Amino acid sequence: MPAVQETVEQVRSIDVDQYKYGFITDIEMDKAPKGLNEDIVRFISAKKGDPAWMTEWRLDAYRRWLTMQEPTWARVEYPKIDFNDLYYYAAPKKKEGPKSLDEIDPAILETYKKLGIPLREQEMLAGVQNTRVAVDAVFDSVSVVTTFKDELKKAGVIFCSISEAIREHPELVRQYLGTVVPVTDNFYATLNSAVFTDGSFVYVPPGVRCPMELSTYFRINEKDTGQFERTLIIADKGSYVSYLEGCTAPQRDENQLHAAVVELIALDDAEIKYSTVQNWYPGDAQGKGGVYNFVTKRGDCRGANSKISWTQVETGSAITWKYPSCILRGDNSRGEFYSIAVSNGYQQVDSGTKMIHLGKNTSSRIISKGISAGRSQNTYRGLVSAHRKATGARNFTNCDSLLIGDQCGAHTVPYIESKNASAIFEHEATTSKISEDQLFYCLQRGLSAEEATALIVNGFVKDVLQQLPMEFAVEAQKLISISLEGSVG
Amino acid sequence: MLEIRNLHVQIEDKKILNGLNLTVHDGEVAAIMGPNGSGKSTLSYVIAGKDDYEVLDGEILLNGENLLDMEPDARAAAGVFLAFQYPLEIPGVATMTFLKAALNAQRKARGDDELSTPDFMKRVRAGAERLHIPQDMLKRALNVGFSGGEKKRMEILQMALLEPTFCILDETDSGLDIDALKIAADGVNALRDPKRSFLVITHYQRLLNYIVPDTVHVMSSGQVVKSGGKELALELEANGYADYRSQAA
Ligand SMILES: Nc1ncnc2c1ncn2[C@@H]1O[C@H](COP(=O)(O)OP(=O)(O)O)[C@@H](O)[C@H]1O
Ligand SMILES: [Mg+2]
Repeated sequence: MPAVQETVEQVRSIDVDQYKYGFITDIEMDKAPKGLNEDIVRFISAKKGDPAWMTEWRLDAYRRWLTMQEPTWARVEYPKIDFNDLYYYAAPKKKEGPKSLDEIDPAILETYKKLGIPLREQEMLAGVQNTRVAVDAVFDSVSVVTTFKDELKKAGVIFCSISEAIREHPELVRQYLGTVVPVTDNFYATLNSAVFTDGSFVYVPPGVRCPMELSTYFRINEKDTGQFERTLIIADKGSYVSYLEGCTAPQRDENQLHAAVVELIALDDAEIKYSTVQNWYPGDAQGKGGVYNFVTKRGDCRGANSKISWTQVETGSAITWKYPSCILRGDNSRGEFYSIAVSNGYQQVDSGTKMIHLGKNTSSRIISKGISAGRSQNTYRGLVSAHRKATGARNFTNCDSLLIGDQCGAHTVPYIESKNASAIFEHEATTSKISEDQLFYCLQRGLSAEEATALIVNGFVKDVLQQLPMEFAVEAQKLISISLEGSVG
Repeated sequence: MLEIRNLHVQIEDKKILNGLNLTVHDGEVAAIMGPNGSGKSTLSYVIAGKDDYEVLDGEILLNGENLLDMEPDARAAAGVFLAFQYPLEIPGVATMTFLKAALNAQRKARGDDELSTPDFMKRVRAGAERLHIPQDMLKRALNVGFSGGEKKRMEILQMALLEPTFCILDETDSGLDIDALKIAADGVNALRDPKRSFLVITHYQRLLNYIVPDTVHVMSSGQVVKSGGKELALELEANGYADYRSQAA
């Protein structure tokens, strides 16, 4: 994947003086006008209550973004995005964060219910205190409610919105933000750096095992609003945290742009487990509408013996462009990537991972299960590389594709680069198809075509589902069946 | 129980069944014998409802219900079971999981409650024991890496578990050594019941020494060309299919 080239000259050549203040005096408004310029960036920054250094950081990113080109190497096709035809900021109507759940718009709670958020989390959202999942619910661009802060505080864990972290914990944010995904990393990450509006921040202090799963449900709510989430998770020495990100979006005709950045940092002996269940609107049966999901997720195993594990269940979005990666910098560090990517209808998925082995005796494991149905295209794109000094690097990759029907496509694009002779990389790949004969056999036993497909698919993805926290595995399994509805029979 | 009238079937423009008639009564074990390519497997697939086959004419009634109007899973729920000549492999799906899903799907279709897990386990274990299927095989993916004989015994286990009313066994004897054949036959015999009928398809009469049929039908070129009692099988064994081949052609 080519790095984006840009030069200081290009950055300088942008006329940075052309902005006007215009609307920006109207800080009360809930929505920035369409389009992107320095005013909008400043508006967002003011809305979020950023300190000056953050505003500068954003503006710097914006200026660099102007010099960059949209990447075209992924196997996805979509009409050109007009970045000036999007809204970059929208807030829920309520101005202040509610003190209790009674203040939450019942319509929002109803939406959560419809999204199938498990009863436990609904109870939690309704104020029941004895459940162990903390949800930082992001409704469009502003955190509506953050729970369990007190208990986490006792453990010394910081779990809050990124905007709050910028205000309340600037020293941590400044130390780590942009150190895994640099501001200029790629077109979408740079855009995100300029305009991100919310997302989560987690800091787990040395030696602390985070007392609960941390979980965020994202939802895209406003019409035509791009979502630019920014998440930063730091596991200090010897700590552990498990984080789950769950996403759904309502039906919508317009394509919606989503360009999140997630940065994970694991110091010595620390472990981060990051799980995603993504179920955004994939577009209708004719391929109209749906979310464009251009995400940059990267974890840095910065310390010795650290571990980062990505698990993703991707069933939604019209276009997915996503490569959660690990930089294995610390000696003996370990990276894992477990993925289920389901595509149906006209969905296009180009997803995979990068495992960059830098330290000694680093190891990585990639298990990818792609399921294509309908007229979808599903590509696994992966890079495993060993640096010159990465003595003893090991990788195991297993990449399986399952085809349902004969109008879809599965593609595997594995890159391997080894600059150290002692590195051992293993790669396995299979492509199989649910055959008519298999289906008939199941039907003959009394299963419906849909039950049969779900059963076979579950068998196919079992190894990855096992990596998810129990309660989410059950949900994910349901989600997979739902996404494949109508793909057979 | 089963009534087939004037069945004409083709696949990819190739006519395979040519006006086949067959009646199987309640509790009857009917054997179908015939040379390779005479359409025996086709008949079993058409009864079970496989898609590829085009029914040009005729009807298949199960207890008065027209099977041809029903989807394969509905036919299964109505009591049709086919022990496949070549059972399919289902990778990644533990045999136990598959059996439970199938049983519960059928119970649901009939309006019964799901079986509790302990009850289900008890039934599967008992059935497996009778068929000499080791317990750890039930944890493996269905039919994946099973030997030919193991696959056939697994078909009988499924049959025992699902308690169908009309059982078709398509060349269950092929690929079985004599010991395995006896075990499979015992499994089938244990299921014989006045309310259950069997269509036992075989190329050889050997199986019929162990599953003794009430009637024997000879099939050739997509028709039943002769029917009789169990002695007909012995006659075929002695004389071969040559007579019938010429007759139907
Ligand atoms: N899918 C198919 N396409 C074309 N011809 C087929 C197909 N299946 C079966 N046939 C043909 O139909 C005839 C009957 O086959 P089959 O029912 O398997 O016979 P049997 O089980 O008696 O050996 C054979 O000539 C076979 O080649
Ligand atoms: Mg046959």
